Amino acid sequence: MNSGYAVPAVVLVVVATVLVGAFGLRVSRTTSDFYVASRTVGPRLNAAAISGEYLSAASFLGIAGLVLVQGPDMLWYPVGYTAGYLVLLLFVAAPLRRSGAYTLPDFAEARLASPAVRRLAGAFVVGVGWLYLLPQLQGAGLTLTVLTGAPGTLGAVVVAVVVVATVAAGGMRSITFVQAFQYWLKLTALLVPALFLVLAWQGDGAPRHAFEEPPAFREQRTVRFDGTLDLRLVGPLTVTVHGRVDGRTLDGGRARLPAGVHRVESGTRLTFGPGARVPESVHGPDAGTLATVREERPLYATYGLILATFLGTMGLPHVVVRYYTSPHGVAARRTTVAVLGLVGAFYLLPPVYGALGRLYTPELALTSDADAAVLLLPDRMIGGVGGDLLGALVAGGAFAAFLSTASGLTMAVAGVLTQDVLPARGVRHFRLGALLAMAVPLAACAVVGGLPVADAVGLAFAVSASSFCPLLVLGIWWRRLTPPGAAAGMLVGGGSALLAVAATMAGYPGTGPLHTLLAWPAPWSVPLGFVTMVLVSLATPGRTPARTAAVLARFHLPEQLRAEVKG
Amino acid sequence: MSGFLAGLCVAVLPLLAAGFWLGRRTARPENLGGLGTPVEHATFQTLHTASLAAPPLRAGLTEDTARRSARRLRTLLGTDALCLADDRRVLAWDGVGAHHRDEIAGHLAGPLRTGRGEAFRLTCGTPDCPLRWAVLVPLTVDDRVHGVLVACAPRESAVLARAAAEVARWVSVQLELADLDRSRTRLIEAEIRALRAQISPHFIFNSLAVIASFVRTDPERARALLLEFADFTRYSFRRHGDFTTLADELHAIEHYLALVRARFGDRLAVTLQIAPEVLPVALPFLCLQPLVENAVKHGLEGKAGTCRIRITAQDAGAEAVVAIDDDGAGMDPALLRRILAGEVSPSGGIGLSNVDERLRQVYGDGHGLVLETAPGAGMRITVRLPKYQPGVHSAGRLPAE
Repeated sequence: MNSGYAVPAVVLVVVATVLVGAFGLRVSRTTSDFYVASRTVGPRLNAAAISGEYLSAASFLGIAGLVLVQGPDMLWYPVGYTAGYLVLLLFVAAPLRRSGAYTLPDFAEARLASPAVRRLAGAFVVGVGWLYLLPQLQGAGLTLTVLTGAPGTLGAVVVAVVVVATVAAGGMRSITFVQAFQYWLKLTALLVPALFLVLAWQGDGAPRHAFEEPPAFREQRTVRFDGTLDLRLVGPLTVTVHGRVDGRTLDGGRARLPAGVHRVESGTRLTFGPGARVPESVHGPDAGTLATVREERPLYATYGLILATFLGTMGLPHVVVRYYTSPHGVAARRTTVAVLGLVGAFYLLPPVYGALGRLYTPELALTSDADAAVLLLPDRMIGGVGGDLLGALVAGGAFAAFLSTASGLTMAVAGVLTQDVLPARGVRHFRLGALLAMAVPLAACAVVGGLPVADAVGLAFAVSASSFCPLLVLGIWWRRLTPPGAAAGMLVGGGSALLAVAATMAGYPGTGPLHTLLAWPAPWSVPLGFVTMVLVSLATPGRTPARTAAVLARFHLPEQLRAEVKG
Repeated sequence: MSGFLAGLCVAVLPLLAAGFWLGRRTARPENLGGLGTPVEHATFQTLHTASLAAPPLRAGLTEDTARRSARRLRTLLGTDALCLADDRRVLAWDGVGAHHRDEIAGHLAGPLRTGRGEAFRLTCGTPDCPLRWAVLVPLTVDDRVHGVLVACAPRESAVLARAAAEVARWVSVQLELADLDRSRTRLIEAEIRALRAQISPHFIFNSLAVIASFVRTDPERARALLLEFADFTRYSFRRHGDFTTLADELHAIEHYLALVRARFGDRLAVTLQIAPEVLPVALPFLCLQPLVENAVKHGLEGKAGTCRIRITAQDAGAEAVVAIDDDGAGMDPALLRRILAGEVSPSGGIGLSNVDERLRQVYGDGHGLVLETAPGAGMRITVRLPKYQPGVHSAGRLPAE
């Protein structure tokens, strides 16, 4: 792929983000008109900001990659990512805003009046934030590798440095505008190329076998294998081999491989002819753990995904802080409805890329670079300067996705670290917090790897769903919740999910039931969190916070009514 | 599939057990382990029980607080039954023999009138009732009997009578503290009222004079100003809630500045830079308007030209930073420090120190006013407002849409 356009596009996005955040829209708000200055952020603008911050690398690259590799089953991902806001709308949005809490630890303190629960919630915010940051950095690394061939960690380092620099310098002041801008940038960066790609597909005779199993090559294609891999063929296949296959070394010779499993050694290049069926890569014991589970127990894996994404959205630290910007509970609800619309519209696009990817770049399913499908398609389908320009647009959008989500998460994690972990408050400590917030996932990024971006984000959702969903839902809707109950529920539900996720990410080997449970923790860890919270609360009835009734009344009474009651 | 289910159960059960144990454990923190000698251990236990009984009592003597503290107090005394009563009726009964409630209620009048404890034999028809004797001790705050603590036992006991008297004295101290808490709250409320009263006189005279000057020449303007005046006074005399939102406070400042502008015309130029994210922040009622008033006063004082005032509110993570700048005469920092410490009281200085004090009361000492000034260099006042602070909620009002 030609990086002559893409690299300037990425640089442009980075510079625009920094400048708009630091200066741009501050100037336009400098006024002597109080009416203009005290206009609160409207639901639509706030919704665009929430969507901009929410649509991460997983949405931009990951979903298309998963659809490419695994087919239409993966449409549960965009459905889940969107439906999370429906649950948020129904159960959480307005009461959360009325609680006056800015962060999740604030909510815990407002509801339960317990500093200990506050600290625990802070710890989980940091945990979820780090888990969520990790795939953003990995996605950035992948994007830069695909664009320029730079080593895998360079992109991660670039994003980390830019985000820490802007956050620590006190940038992103007009953060609502920046994030709203990022949403429209991301939508444009996917929508415009998608239109051209669909036109190209039409011009190509509109082939319709996108979801046939297995996909086939449309033209001659050479695939280079960077790791040793087992391929399963359903029928015999003739390929040109440069390297070692099944222990035989061939250099440019044609080989006819019978149906069955074949081992391809690292560094081998295989050239497939047009019409050849794409072989299925057999996952070794140490690769693609979530995918193996998905193949073994598709129903359980789907439920795991649904529970994690439906219930996990409400506990994402960078989403929750945006709700504070809404002036009141009703506006928070309206904002959520608008988010549903905006996010839903966006998620129509990645599956298009996934389907086209199955047609035009099926070889990506063989290697671990399926997440790059969105980036490669314009060049592959259109080519020339037009393809390069569209590719540059997509690359810019991808970087917007990394930057917006990563900066929101870094702000949230750094805020918690400064407030609840580091000893004293102050600007210097906030900078230290920002550095710490980014350093840990960056280090982890160098150590662990290999999970598809969307799967890694799904794990962060699972932890959030097992810890914060019980806290928020029971905190808002159940008056008998006690501080020990909340603490125990978060520790047991969220803690076990965190352990399971850590084991999965560390590449815990093996197959079988235990491994299945660890790879998709949500179906057991979410009920576990709820049950523990309820049981421990019932076991400690004496510890119900004194002002529970008043607090719940404030959560649920509309502001207008409250003012009338008081006035 | 059965292996799968087995795995599920194995994974879930220990976690459930651990959670339950943890909950019980955190609920009963009195387990001190093997700490010190038995005597020391007993001391710890007693002090711990006493500390647990204290928080409910700090809210005063009501049915709810009596119920929650009676349990701890009974553990402290080690009696079979303990009862708390206020100056009219029995509030809470903890332990066995609740059928003696009415009998005890009949004996309350004595200690309440005399302020001295008494003991008497209980008459009981139930053969297996362990309660045969009761000691009544008054709970006294400021020489007034607020309630009675009653301890019941199977037989007469001088030790119990003495212990009950000590516990009653300790409870009285807690109630006294509750009284102090209440008077402190009243004092703060009075201070806020004082601040509200303070803004009025000068300002009201000046505003009315300005409006009067327009009544003949420009009746429309006079009417508009009168409405601004009405809006501003309605806000500042508002009675409900101690907190407001930054958006509402800005509206009040707008009304205030409209009236000031009518008086000074073009000599006052105000620019605003408000991050919309911080508009919903809750803050103590009328804590920015006095700062703007101060800036106007200093900006216009002793100079002929235009006074520029700049109000900025920025989003800084979990805080909002509000700054008010003027390019007026400035002030000697040493003098300012003495004004804020209350040593000198020039006109207008009380507003600043009052705001400073209220901010410190609400947010803690780290969040007082920060003033930067020098003679001839103008003044900048910075306030850092946490976006969330326990107990700080704006008295919600839907902003006009």
